[in-house]
Amino acid sequence: MSATPADDAPDPRRTVWQSALRFCRREPLGTFGLLLVIIMALTGFSAEWIAPYNPTANDFAAMTEPPSLEHLLGTDQFGRDLMSRIIHGARTALIVGLTSAIFGGFSGLVLGVSSAYFGGKIDLIVQRLSDIVMAFPLIILALAVVAIFGPGVQNVILAITIPLIPRCSRVVRASALTIRSMPYVDAARACGFGHTRIILRHMVPNVMAPFLIMVTSFVGQAILAEASLSYLGLGVQEPVPAWGLMLQGGAEEYASTAPWIAIFPGVAIMLAVLGINLFGDALRDALDPKLRER
Amino acid sequence: MSFRSALLSMAFCAALALPAAAADTPKRGGILTYMIPADAPPSLDAHRETTYATVHATAPFYSVLIRINPENPASPDDFVCDVCTEMPKPTDDGKTWTFKIRDDVKWHDGTPLTAADVAKSWQELVHPDPGMLSARAPYFVMIDTVEATDASTVVFKLKFATSAFLPALGDPFAYIYKKDILERDPHFYERNVLGSGPFKFTEYQTGQSIEGVRNPDYYRKGQPYLDGFKAIFTPKQAVELDAIRADRAATEFRGMPPSARDQLTKELGDKVTVLTGDWNCVNMITANHQRKPFDDVRVRRALMLAIDQWKGAPPLSRIVNMHTVGGIVFPGSSMAATKEELQKIAGYWPDIEKSRAEARRLLKEAGAEGLTFELMNRNVDQPYKFIATWVIDEWAKVGLHVTQKVLPTGPFYEGLRGNTFDVTVDFNCQGLVNPAMDVGKFLPHSVYSENYGNYDDQKDIDLYQAMLHETDPVKQRQAMREFETYVLDTQAHAIMMPWWERIVPMRSYVKGWKINPSHYVNQDLGTVWLDQ
Repeated sequence: MSATPADDAPDPRRTVWQSALRFCRREPLGTFGLLLVIIMALTGFSAEWIAPYNPTANDFAAMTEPPSLEHLLGTDQFGRDLMSRIIHGARTALIVGLTSAIFGGFSGLVLGVSSAYFGGKIDLIVQRLSDIVMAFPLIILALAVVAIFGPGVQNVILAITIPLIPRCSRVVRASALTIRSMPYVDAARACGFGHTRIILRHMVPNVMAPFLIMVTSFVGQAILAEASLSYLGLGVQEPVPAWGLMLQGGAEEYASTAPWIAIFPGVAIMLAVLGINLFGDALRDALDPKLRER
Repeated sequence: MSFRSALLSMAFCAALALPAAAADTPKRGGILTYMIPADAPPSLDAHRETTYATVHATAPFYSVLIRINPENPASPDDFVCDVCTEMPKPTDDGKTWTFKIRDDVKWHDGTPLTAADVAKSWQELVHPDPGMLSARAPYFVMIDTVEATDASTVVFKLKFATSAFLPALGDPFAYIYKKDILERDPHFYERNVLGSGPFKFTEYQTGQSIEGVRNPDYYRKGQPYLDGFKAIFTPKQAVELDAIRADRAATEFRGMPPSARDQLTKELGDKVTVLTGDWNCVNMITANHQRKPFDDVRVRRALMLAIDQWKGAPPLSRIVNMHTVGGIVFPGSSMAATKEELQKIAGYWPDIEKSRAEARRLLKEAGAEGLTFELMNRNVDQPYKFIATWVIDEWAKVGLHVTQKVLPTGPFYEGLRGNTFDVTVDFNCQGLVNPAMDVGKFLPHSVYSENYGNYDDQKDIDLYQAMLHETDPVKQRQAMREFETYVLDTQAHAIMMPWWERIVPMRSYVKGWKINPSHYVNQDLGTVWLDQ
């Protein structure tokens, strides 16, 4: 049965739980995605307690062992337990993914709304700078940043954050341009409110829907970019457990003799990105009034 | 036994021996395609370059004065003449060496090679003209002058007699260049090839391939056996594996990791032959003595004592091209320490628990318990990154917290030379096994520019000089032990990793090439043939 517009109208009497249940009922794929994200988050943040082994401890007696009861996902070439490394790797992915997405998203939000609100030369400069940055694919720009600043977690976050800023800024600006010409913004200006108040109280809340969708998709992109950089040897470094790094060590040399070394981190990356993307799509459907009415 | 039965027995034995003899008789013809696991070499001039990319690409075009015996290349001292007629005996208490040059050697342009060409080439190697570079000039420190006394005689006069002279003279990079060309254009050989070796140059596509054809005027009659060769530059290991699998290339001569060996032997069976041997290459961990707390010998010793070499080397050799626990001298050399001698040095003690207890005690005494630092490393998998993963875990066992900073080759060298590291993965790769010269790496930077420990140590220099100038082999070996013990134990200037293992898988039809401890040596392909 399709929903009517009336069903989707915001109902102030609905509790958070009711809204969540409603989201789950209407967006089963998104719910599945959310579930994957929650599992990943719980796994990452409780890694110390749930990982069966120390993820950085070599065990030469158990080198390249296939999955068994002792090592559920097998071991790598140093005898390190793959399950423990994947569990701890979730934390690295979350730290890099969330931090990059949040910093990139918020910087883009500030720039996009300001650019749209002030217009004129400020808009021109910000948008041309965005054009320059967006001319490079995300991974190429991230590679350039890492090449300048060197590898490491902080630099990887910086490398991924910088390309995300103009992408968010461009989308937010488009929404903010529409809002800028709304009568209530003119009214606020006529009342003598300052720029900061108008931006924060009247414009930012009205671009939150596209912004949240962007940030959600950024998390997936950032996790993928981190894995790609680590795979290329430019991201997180050994012995820190990170999914892309695990692929780099395993996929190239042991693809035929110990395929589990590459398969399980690959599956982890796939599930994480799939979960975040499914959730992001569902969030867009839920927040976008046009899609809601379909 | 009757005469007839004896004759039959002899015939039977001869029949049995025949296939083996036939299999070992070189066949003429064919083109050998092999890979060079590198990008384009910086130049084609082996006098100025240090990379195998240059020597693997150009050695077939050139002659040298003397070389390690290609039939016995694993020997550290079996030198034979290349363009000379016989190995000379020194005179003047070992300080004068006179070489007679063959009269049948021709340049590829048809002109004869003379003693003047040999002398000029060696003069450039020992004392390069201003603006020219001789990358291994420090190895020829014992040579005073090189003169051509007539058209077929070259005389080397030494500053001091040393057993390190002949190995230095056998340097595989010491190509003989044409005197006229060197005088006309000293940079000619950086971009061009004109030699007197077994193959004539035909084509070079920068970064892609280099090709040569058989030199019909080669002075070793019957050689080379190949009609020609094609060397393809393939920096990616995955490409190399696929090329050998598909028989698009027969081998690469530098060395591959154990995983590649395992894959190829599993997939190709007896179609691939794997040659292995100790490699005159080693990594070490070097602490920056100018950075605290690594200026404290107790901390450096603790880093060394934490690592279990004896237990680590065997399993590591299954995944990385490191194999033999050793000191500062190549383990295959008569100058190398025995296991019993090594086990007296800190970091090689047989009881690792005792060793780690001592490491913890030293760290506590030095106020460096739970020390956190960064290990600088080069962005090269084999064996650099594997070493880091191993030692970081070993150090964690005595409470050290170490992170790794991996840099591409350029910035890595900048870091080494700019002293911008706490502790780094370092290396010492040499050509011919020449222990007295090879251990120059462990001298202070003021003496040996490739030492990155940033220390001055006169006693270190004195012990080395005493060893270098000692001509009695037994006494020289003892002097080497004293130098080694001082470097590794007393001062802990370096922490040795297991020495490399050279693994060369090749298509089984490639014959006549023998493995040796250096990937620079024995690459002129004169003795190589194809059993097809």
